[in-house]
Parts: sequence; C-alpha cells; structure tokens
Amino acid sequence: MLTERLLAVLFDGLIFGAWLFLVSAGLTFVYGVLRVLNVAHGSFYALGAYLAATLVGLVVGRGLSPALTYPALVLAALLVGLTVGPAMERLLLRRLAGRDEVTGLLLTFAVLLIFEDVIKLIWGVTPWAADAPYGALGQLKLGAVTYAVYPLALIGVAALMGVLLWFLTGQTAFGKLVSAVIADREVSAALGVDVGRVSNLAFSLGTFLAALGGALVAPMISVVPGISVEVIVIAFAVTVIGGLGNVAGAALGALVVGLVRTSALYFFPELDLFLVYALMTLVLIFRPYGLFGRAEIRRI
Amino acid sequence: MRRVFKGLGLGLVGLGLLGAPWLLPGWLLFLLSLALAKGLVVLGVLVLMWGGLVSFGHGLYFAAGAYTVAFLAKFLGVREAALGLLAAALLNGVLAGLLGLFLSRYRAIFFGMLSVAFSMILYAFLLKFYFITGGTDGLRVPIPTVLGFEVSARDIRTVNYFVNLVFGLLGLFAAWRLSRSPLGYLMRGVKDNEVRVEYMGASVKATVYGVYLFSGVLGGLGGALVALSVGHVAPDLAYWTTSGEFVFVAILGGTGSVLSPFLASALFELVRNYAIKLSPYTWQLSLGLVLLGIIFFYPEGLWGLYEWVKGRWRPKSSSKPSI
Repeated sequence: MLTERLLAVLFDGLIFGAWLFLVSAGLTFVYGVLRVLNVAHGSFYALGAYLAATLVGLVVGRGLSPALTYPALVLAALLVGLTVGPAMERLLLRRLAGRDEVTGLLLTFAVLLIFEDVIKLIWGVTPWAADAPYGALGQLKLGAVTYAVYPLALIGVAALMGVLLWFLTGQTAFGKLVSAVIADREVSAALGVDVGRVSNLAFSLGTFLAALGGALVAPMISVVPGISVEVIVIAFAVTVIGGLGNVAGAALGALVVGLVRTSALYFFPELDLFLVYALMTLVLIFRPYGLFGRAEIRRI
Repeated sequence: MRRVFKGLGLGLVGLGLLGAPWLLPGWLLFLLSLALAKGLVVLGVLVLMWGGLVSFGHGLYFAAGAYTVAFLAKFLGVREAALGLLAAALLNGVLAGLLGLFLSRYRAIFFGMLSVAFSMILYAFLLKFYFITGGTDGLRVPIPTVLGFEVSARDIRTVNYFVNLVFGLLGLFAAWRLSRSPLGYLMRGVKDNEVRVEYMGASVKATVYGVYLFSGVLGGLGGALVALSVGHVAPDLAYWTTSGEFVFVAILGGTGSVLSPFLASALFELVRNYAIKLSPYTWQLSLGLVLLGIIFFYPEGLWGLYEWVKGRWRPKSSSKPSI
C-alpha cells in the first residue's frame, strides 16, 4: 500500500516536475541572457495553450488522424516563438538598454496585462479543451496503478528538451555567443558579437519554450483565462530555487518542487503551495543565487 | 494673491472631502473610501520606491491587516473598529519588523522576489487552512462599532468614509514628515549611492529597515480599512496580482509627492469602475498600455505631468524639489 503510494508520488512528482521544467527553463534562460525577469512568460505559456487548443480542434474537426495533433502542438509553440518573441524583444525590451532590472520587470508586467485581455478578445472566456492527444495515447498499467501514457511521455519530452538545451548552449557556436553575452554584453559587442541578434534569438527561444510548455499541457487541463498568472509565480519559485539564469538549476528546481508539492498533496494536502513558497523563501534567504548558483558581487 | 488662491483651493478641497457623503451618490462615496484605504497601501509601496526598492509583495500586509479585523470578529467577537485598526497596525508592525530583517539585505530584483515569496506563503496559508481562514470563500466582516457606538446599516458608508479619511490624512501627514526627516533623505540616498550613504556614517540597512517598518504598518492599516469598508476578506488580497496592482498605482501616480498615491488610487478605482462596465475585456489591456507609456515616455507619472503643467504656466516658479 505504502510502496504503491510512494510510486504514485514519484510518478506524479516527475510529471509535475517535467511540466515545471518546460515552463521555467525558458524563463531562467532569458533572465541569464537579457537580465530581464519576464513576467510575460506566463502569457506566452497561455498563448501556446490556446493556440494548441485551436489547432487540435482544427485537426480533430476535419476528421484527420489524431496522430497529427502532436505536430499541431509543436506548431502552436513554434508560431508563438517565431512571432511574439522576436517582436517583443525588438520593439520593447531593446529600448530598455541601460535601465535597471526592475524596470524590465514592470515592462513585462505591462505586457502580461495586455495579453490577458488580448487572449480574452480572441478566445473568449469559456474554457477550451484539447484532449484528443491525451486520449489517443491510451493508458498503461504499472503494477496495480493505471497511468495515462500522455503525462508519462511529458517526462520524456522534458528530458529531451533539457538535452537539446544543453547541446544548444554548451556545444554550438550559438551557445558560445550566448555565453559571451551572458559574461559581458559590452565586451562581447566590442569584439564584434551582434548582441542584439543573440538577445533576440535567446528571447525567442525562451518564448518558444514557454509556449511549448503551454501547448503540451493543454491536453491535460482545461484552458481558461488566468492560467498565465498562475503559472508565472510558480515558475518564479522554480527558477529562484534553481538559481536565476541557470538552466541546469531550473531542472533541479523543477524536480525538487515537483516532488515536494506532490508529496505534500498526497500526505499533507493543506501544505502543498505553502511548502513551495516556503522553499523559495528559504533558498532566497540562505542561498540567494540558487541551490546551484555562485555568489555574485552586487553591482552598485 | 497666489497664497489667497492656494488657500481658497485648499479650503474648497477640504469642504469637498468633508461634504462628500452628502454631495456624492453612495457608490461613488464607496469608491472614494476604497481609494483612501488602498491609497495608504500604495503610499507604503511608494516610500520604499524612494530607495529604489519595488515591493511586489505588499499584498502580504494588505491581507494581514484585513484578516486581523476578520479574525478579531470571528474568534474573539470583537467588532470595534478602533481595536481592529490598532491590532492590525501592531501585528503588521511586528510582521514587517521580522520580515524586514531579511528584506533589508536585498536590493533590486531579489528584494522583489523575496517579497513575492513571503506574500505567496501567506496566500497559500489563507487558501488552504480553510478551517481557520474560510479558504477561497474568505470571511465575512460584520458591521463594526466605532468607538463603542453602534452604527446602523444606513450610516455605515458615511462612517467608513470618515474613518478612512482620517487614516488617509494621518498616513499622508506621517509620510510627509518622513519625506523631510533624515530617514527620508537617507532612503533617497540609498537609491543614488549606497556606498556614499555608508561613508557618511549612516547605516543603509537600518535606513531600509526603518522605512520598511513604516511601509508595512501602512499596508496593514490599508487592509484593515478595506476589510471594514467592504465587509469581506478573501485570500486574493495576498495574491501577487494584488501586489502588482499597488505597484502599478504607485507608478501611475509617480514618486514625486506623498499625495500622488491617493490621487492615483482614486483615479484608478474610478476608471476601473467605468471600464469594467463599458468594456470588460479591454480593461487590463488599457492598464498595460498606460504602464508601457509611463515606462517609455513619462517615468515621473501623473505627478510629473502636473509639475510639468505647473511649470508651463509659471516658468519662474521656484525650482526647489517638491517631495
């Protein structure tokens, strides 16, 4: 009985952690490169979810094979990443050069407010469902517990995204440019790195990741207004726990938060959110640069 | 001549504020009451902005103050407004005193993040411990007695308005005094250059701590006043979007004056009331656009706009900085 419960906690925790990683990896990556704590990340997540719901609806409505809904999910994320991301970096964030980080936070907060209503104007306030990809994968029996396959596949997707991100940032020329920009924007610019372009690409990548998180989770939830606001604050917790700007840290943070919150839900349901934010607070107090981070000298 | 006009203007505003319950329709008076109470919280956010600190977690004090009043009524049967407000001020003072120990070490984005984290802890508590806090339904706050007098349901709006007005003015006066005290000047120094503040022999940490304490008490009082005026409290008071709204109103008003939080707060409540009726789906959109406009074109907010207009009218007016 207890082992079954522990197994359930482990799986649910991993699933929740996978989702958390997808939504917080982009947030922390963008902060690392642009030094902007992007509140609008939640909006990109919601946009991804809504667009995915629309596209899945189109695929199902035309009587096409459910297998086509999976590329539809990725397409939704790509669309958001390729349009909203570059536009926001180019039109808004780039004009912030020289302003402090808090101004960046406020700017993205403004964008979040705008998208809240834009989403309502486009998709209305009634819930959208995109459950076809979820149902098509069926179920799996693990011991005495039956699991839907889709959430389990999410763990694999998150792991794959983690590896891709690691490869992209650590093993490619683009990754080297990104590291240079993270280390010192001005010196990189002086050495001929097109900092604006690198920032634009990095921000678009972050946007894509947020939208992908939304698109992939859309089949598991009902897509309603307000999901952007909910996701961003828990993504903040994850990135802070892992260390702002640290993608590997976000993976660890996602795992920790996923397991902690799921265990709380199983054993002490009153404590679930409480524990997450208590953890975030403790990390901020004792290791402000994250469990993985290195201390930085405060720039005055 | 100018002094006469100024005196006349002030007198008119004073009369207007005193006569508001008889001049304004009920719903407008209620909005004004709310604006006064929330203006106190925004003032709390504003004094921290002197030091360049943006608290994205003032919903914490707002909610703590409001729930203090609700808990007093629920568990102790105390309905007295004066006791509720006193308890809220004390409790939030203690709370800010504790959290300030940590927060006074943080700047910029980390200050914001830690304040969000604290406020979300309270939110989670209010949400989940429903057997104490009523969960998402929140708690009802009964009609208060004021200094021992029973208030009839008919008069409650007027009474609430005057209570909020008194506290609004008290908060305004205290913040004005603070802005001209050494602590206020030091806080602005913290924004410009912390090292120099330390070289002068002052403690940056103690400065931030002191102002944070004041800010927390203001937030708690604002929350308690809103609880008394609305008659209901809910966990959303502590959610990060509520805190974001306070920051928004503070920036809308601008950091130029201690009066601006109240003006911006009144404008905000008024516009929201109409916008939600007229076009519920574009209200946040317009807020976002206004915030973008302020960030890119008018960082001084509404007060800066007022100063600019004043400057255009009287180009030779004294150039002493108005705080």
